Amino acid sequence: MRKLFAGLGGVATAMLLGLSAAQAADPIKIGLIMSYSGQFGDLGTMMDAGVKLYMKEHGDTVAGRKIEIIRKDSGAAGTAPDVAKRLAQELIVRDKVDIIAGFSLTPDALAAADVFTESKKVAVIMNAATAIITAKSPYFARVSIPLPQAFDALGTWAAKHGSKSVFTMVTNYGPGIDSEVAFQAAFKKAGGTVVGGVRFPVANPDFSAFAQQLKDSKADSAFIFVPGGEQPAALGKALAEHGVSANSIKLYSSGELVNDEPLKSMGEGALGIISGWHYSWVHKSPENEKFVKGIREMLNGRNPDQFTVSGYDGMALIYKALEKTKGKADGDTLIAAMKGLSWESPRGPMMIDPETRDVVQTIYLRRVEKVDGHIQNVEFDKLEKVKDPVKEGLKAAGKLNPDGTAK
Amino acid sequence: MIPRIVSLLFDGFAYGMLLFVLSVGLSVTLGMMNFVNLAHGAFAMVGGYVAITLMNKAGWPFFATLPIAFLAAAAFSVVLERLLYRRLYRATDLDQSLLTIGIVFMSIAVAAYVFGTNQQPVQLPEYLRGRIVLGDFNFGVYRLFLIAAALVITVLMVIGLDYTRFGAQVRACVDNQRMARGLGLNVDNVFMLTFALGSGLAGLGGALAIEPMGLDPNFAFKYLVYMLIVVAVGGLASIRGAFLTAGLLGVIDIFSKYYVPEVGSFILYLVMVGLLIWRPAGLFARR
Repeated sequence: MRKLFAGLGGVATAMLLGLSAAQAADPIKIGLIMSYSGQFGDLGTMMDAGVKLYMKEHGDTVAGRKIEIIRKDSGAAGTAPDVAKRLAQELIVRDKVDIIAGFSLTPDALAAADVFTESKKVAVIMNAATAIITAKSPYFARVSIPLPQAFDALGTWAAKHGSKSVFTMVTNYGPGIDSEVAFQAAFKKAGGTVVGGVRFPVANPDFSAFAQQLKDSKADSAFIFVPGGEQPAALGKALAEHGVSANSIKLYSSGELVNDEPLKSMGEGALGIISGWHYSWVHKSPENEKFVKGIREMLNGRNPDQFTVSGYDGMALIYKALEKTKGKADGDTLIAAMKGLSWESPRGPMMIDPETRDVVQTIYLRRVEKVDGHIQNVEFDKLEKVKDPVKEGLKAAGKLNPDGTAK
Repeated sequence: MIPRIVSLLFDGFAYGMLLFVLSVGLSVTLGMMNFVNLAHGAFAMVGGYVAITLMNKAGWPFFATLPIAFLAAAAFSVVLERLLYRRLYRATDLDQSLLTIGIVFMSIAVAAYVFGTNQQPVQLPEYLRGRIVLGDFNFGVYRLFLIAAALVITVLMVIGLDYTRFGAQVRACVDNQRMARGLGLNVDNVFMLTFALGSGLAGLGGALAIEPMGLDPNFAFKYLVYMLIVVAVGGLASIRGAFLTAGLLGVIDIFSKYYVPEVGSFILYLVMVGLLIWRPAGLFARR
């Protein structure tokens, strides 16, 4: 009898030991919330390719813990932000994820901000680009770009390089307005004049009225921001039809207008467009060469874009922070580890600002040129270690808490 | 001042013609046949992908892809008509909506699977790009081409439906099926051909629209609202009505976006509501 009890005890102990061993090796679950379908479905494709490539290169184990990805489709991103919020809640409550990443558009990230604050889970923003997002929860960290970062730099550069008057054209939603404000402010500060501007409706199949407005404004320069999808090419063609090109007027834009697909559609009409942006596949570095090669293999020859590199860097941030915390993934430990992390990305050096949890990175100035018969961007200047001017402004005005949230 | 007005009128009318070529097939299937065909955009997308694949992969000239786009969409629609649509000709509007909206979602998923989620790059031949400058006026070449295409389609459709034997059969079958059957017409066949015609026009419209509107899997859904507006405001079964309405709506949209961009597309919808209150059956309704 005693033997039996001893045996049972042994079995029980073994089971307990086994249990705790299993606990130590529990996987870290990462929930990805992206728009895999709908108007911005391609963003999901491109971001996810970055995520997959990073995991292919670096394995699916960090600090002894396996990484498990749960993918959720936020659908028609931006138009239904409550979906993103619900998905974040489900991932945390039901799937018990440790970290959430993704967010295609600003409204999705804003809607879900409180969920992370309350549940103390880290959320890595891989695209959504309005400056204010990271100030809405102390658990946000961003690897894409706060738009004013690029357009503050671009506006200043434009005014200092021969542009006297500018007409701004942006899509009428958060990121568009953010871009307009940043570019106009920087342009004025550097001595230029803003002669006017227009904000397009979000759904807008025909840009001819706006091309005409630009012509009538008599400005010597134009600044353009449109989200991805079919709009960059449609706008580019409307400009060409009205005789607006870089020959007649200086054209400044964000990266979207001069990504591969719109460039192919616009053809020679795109020559001379100058953009300020954080990533292009033409960037020359060993890291980027490897990255471009990996993505081309994965996507049948397509080149990576800013969405892909952010998916890649989002995973890089998570992996590096987990290495630092030795696999601890609770919100406070992890976000502390992310602050100040810096690494060499395919886009160049980048860092997570310890004060704002936003990305600090190089902004490149690029011009569309013909290289060996291909129409593509060529980097010709850069500004290093650029911070988000909006949050720097908040900080200077004493409106930023020590954890980077807005007062 | 005058060049600006002319330019806005021209751009607006051309934009309207773009809406027309996309919608004219719907005024056949929805308008004449009375089928709530929300999958019209899916047939347009078939035409778009056929055209783009032939151009980019097989190196076909743009013009040669247009008839193929028409035929491909028509053939595809015949399959669906025989399998699915035919069973619901007498069903309620709601049943028809559910069927066709399901087809739209499936077509989006299939297109994303086959062609990927990305925008298809559209680069037309040199002679269709750019603009023609006449003094102070300038006209986009593709916009001129769209207007011409819309005129040709309208003339052919009006002649075909009003003055040919087939047109008379179609009108007889959709107006009074029992009587047509009694007179010995093969209603089943006429319906199938009419549906194929409407869907073929959708495919042609899709092929014509990819240059200005781009093409990704969401195409099937994105422009459905515009198509429905044109058909509803124009008067369901009227080709002339769709033509004039599309032109009018295009001009209104461009003018409102030029002069009051803050309200965006709001004025277009306001005009639509006003017109429909004034004439609930549409501006040029036959019945």
